[in-house]
Amino acid sequence: MYKIVRRKQLNEQVVLMEIDAPYIAAKADAGQFIIYRIDEKGERIPLTIADYDREKGTITIIFQTIGGSTQQLAALDEGDFILDVVGPLGVPTKYEEGAKRVAVIGGGVGCAIAYPQAKKLHGMGVHVDLIAGFRSKDIIILEDEMKEVSSELYVCTDDGSYGKKGFVTDMLKELIDSGIKYDEVIAIGPVPMMKFVCKTTEPYGIKTTVSLNPIMVDGTGMCGGCRVTVDGKIRYACVDGPDFDGHKVDFDELMKRNGTYKEQEAAHICRLTGGVR
Amino acid sequence: MANMSLKKTPIGEQDPKVRARNFKEVSLGYTKEEAMEEATRCLHCKNKPCVSGCPVGVKIPEFIEKVAAGEFEEAYRIIKSTNGLPAVCGRVCPQENQCEGKCVRGIKGEPVGIGRLERFCADYMMDKAASNEKPVSNGHKVAVVGAGPAGLTCAGDLAKLGYEVTIYEAFHTAGGVLMYGIPEFRLPKAIVQKEVDNLKELGVNIMTNMVIGKVLSVDELLEQGYEAVFIGSGAGLPRFMGIEGEGLVGVYSANEYLTRINLMKAYLDDYATPIKKSGSVAVVGGGNVAMDAARSAMRLGADHVYIVYRRSLDEMPARREEIHHAMEEGIEFLVLNNPVKVIGDENCNVIGLECVKMELGEPDESGRRRPIEIKGSNFMLDVDTVIMSIGTSPNPLIRTTTHGLEANSRGCLVVNQDDMATTKEGVYAGGDAVTGAATVILAMGAGKTAAASIDEYIRNK
Repeated sequence: MYKIVRRKQLNEQVVLMEIDAPYIAAKADAGQFIIYRIDEKGERIPLTIADYDREKGTITIIFQTIGGSTQQLAALDEGDFILDVVGPLGVPTKYEEGAKRVAVIGGGVGCAIAYPQAKKLHGMGVHVDLIAGFRSKDIIILEDEMKEVSSELYVCTDDGSYGKKGFVTDMLKELIDSGIKYDEVIAIGPVPMMKFVCKTTEPYGIKTTVSLNPIMVDGTGMCGGCRVTVDGKIRYACVDGPDFDGHKVDFDELMKRNGTYKEQEAAHICRLTGGVR
Repeated sequence: MANMSLKKTPIGEQDPKVRARNFKEVSLGYTKEEAMEEATRCLHCKNKPCVSGCPVGVKIPEFIEKVAAGEFEEAYRIIKSTNGLPAVCGRVCPQENQCEGKCVRGIKGEPVGIGRLERFCADYMMDKAASNEKPVSNGHKVAVVGAGPAGLTCAGDLAKLGYEVTIYEAFHTAGGVLMYGIPEFRLPKAIVQKEVDNLKELGVNIMTNMVIGKVLSVDELLEQGYEAVFIGSGAGLPRFMGIEGEGLVGVYSANEYLTRINLMKAYLDDYATPIKKSGSVAVVGGGNVAMDAARSAMRLGADHVYIVYRRSLDEMPARREEIHHAMEEGIEFLVLNNPVKVIGDENCNVIGLECVKMELGEPDESGRRRPIEIKGSNFMLDVDTVIMSIGTSPNPLIRTTTHGLEANSRGCLVVNQDDMATTKEGVYAGGDAVTGAATVILAMGAGKTAAASIDEYIRNK
């Protein structure tokens, strides 16, 4: 059993939880994730480790309530317990050696994963341009935290209600075209966003790393449910990733595979909310 | 007087038509009377060939004598003295290649139903509180990595000797393949749980959600004061064929398919884990795992379930009994066929499996006749789900994070066969992590051998 020691609603749909998990906190590193199971009948769901505190023995997760299992998690409060939390899983992010300037891009709740990346790079003395994209002003999260771990923070909104109007890719292109030389771009967010960031950087030949989010079951490499095609080869995101060279990822396949259980997910939410099956 | 019937006392089974659509256990097990009747078929041979066929050395004629006399509790005690998981072994061991394969009665007629009798004793005692007295601690600590058959057996044997044993398990539930792989209709999960609980009563501490190689390394376990470590991490890494279309929606590894069903209970409505409802399913492979996946797909309501296997029925590695059960349940066997490509529609959903017919050539290094493609014999199998069950290999996580642990070219840990010692001092290994995918009982045998050598190693330190 893993105790929730802090809970904070970041926006209507996004929740931060700090969880007591000393073994995981002792080993966690940027780019790694956990898998949780809320109760006996729950499914196993992967979430990135957004932060950790080795001394307190806690890890932080930030998640969006998009389906049954995240709704159930969001309904828990400080002092409540999660049945199972396993981690740290996946390979920690490997940064481009000797990189001087890096653009870290977060889309929506992906900012929660971009945050530890920026924090780590910034701590290593790298110049970090953090580009954070949101649909509109009311769902912006972690602005102060992101400001603290970046050299420059660029917030964009699709509708222009805050910061710069437009997509993260527009911002990125503008910065590149202004003459800034990036040694690496790290993009984390919805699959289409990562795909378009890669399309943006490809003509410039900038190394682009993405954090993939396929469906997972065990997260330890024993089922292959999370397999993705990278450079024409099958790779398991849970053990070989979740970070991959974005210019080699088959994003369209990933998007299709992520839609495998759409109908069952809808049914799951109906069951939880008392709707018809 | 010995019962000289040439056939085993028949065992009750669920009707194939009914059971093909439910997950309840197929074999109903012996009644007391049936067990006693079958037990009298044992001739109590002096040289006990059956025992030599059992990897954990169950005292077979001794326990069978007690069954014949109706002393079931005593029979159970004899089995338990060498076998920690009798309810499991009685159900899933390939007895035809082991104890029963050596039985003298099998020369003329059917061998004694040793597996059925073992199962009967274990089930008979299941609800009777067999008080497991907690042994007195000898003050020595041993860590076991993996709570599958090898790890559970090793832990149980060490605990009985007074060791303080902690098992580190990556999943949320102990049992390994007994929980995630072998389906409920062959091995009810409540029975596995009961066997695991028995171990806990012996004082074995089980820590779940602990992925060794990530959260702690083997080296760290040794630094933490464990005097020896047993690695029983299995061979859970699934292989794919490397053919076009394996990334399509509707292609599963058998491991994923079975984990969703068995461990996550995706076949039950009130559990959150989903699974695809299929019309027609192709299961690629011919081992026990392929049979389990095919029979599970049928129980989830598929109209057609095909086993696609590149050799002939004779070469199939699955147990005869499982092949027989699968056929009774309506699984269609397409032998001498090999997939070449998975076909998808514009939405990346599987709509077919292109196969090619095969013929058998000369025997290969495994002694089995090599399958050869018949050029131009390609045909399309109309399926919406493909389950790959062509084998697994050991997960590299532990060997790549432990200093001084050698593995062979297939990723299996190298051990000394006599004592299961790895190339690293104080570290022992056994089961599929050493052999590659094999059987439950061989893993248990290895766990047993390792426990004995760990005991010797620590006592001589």
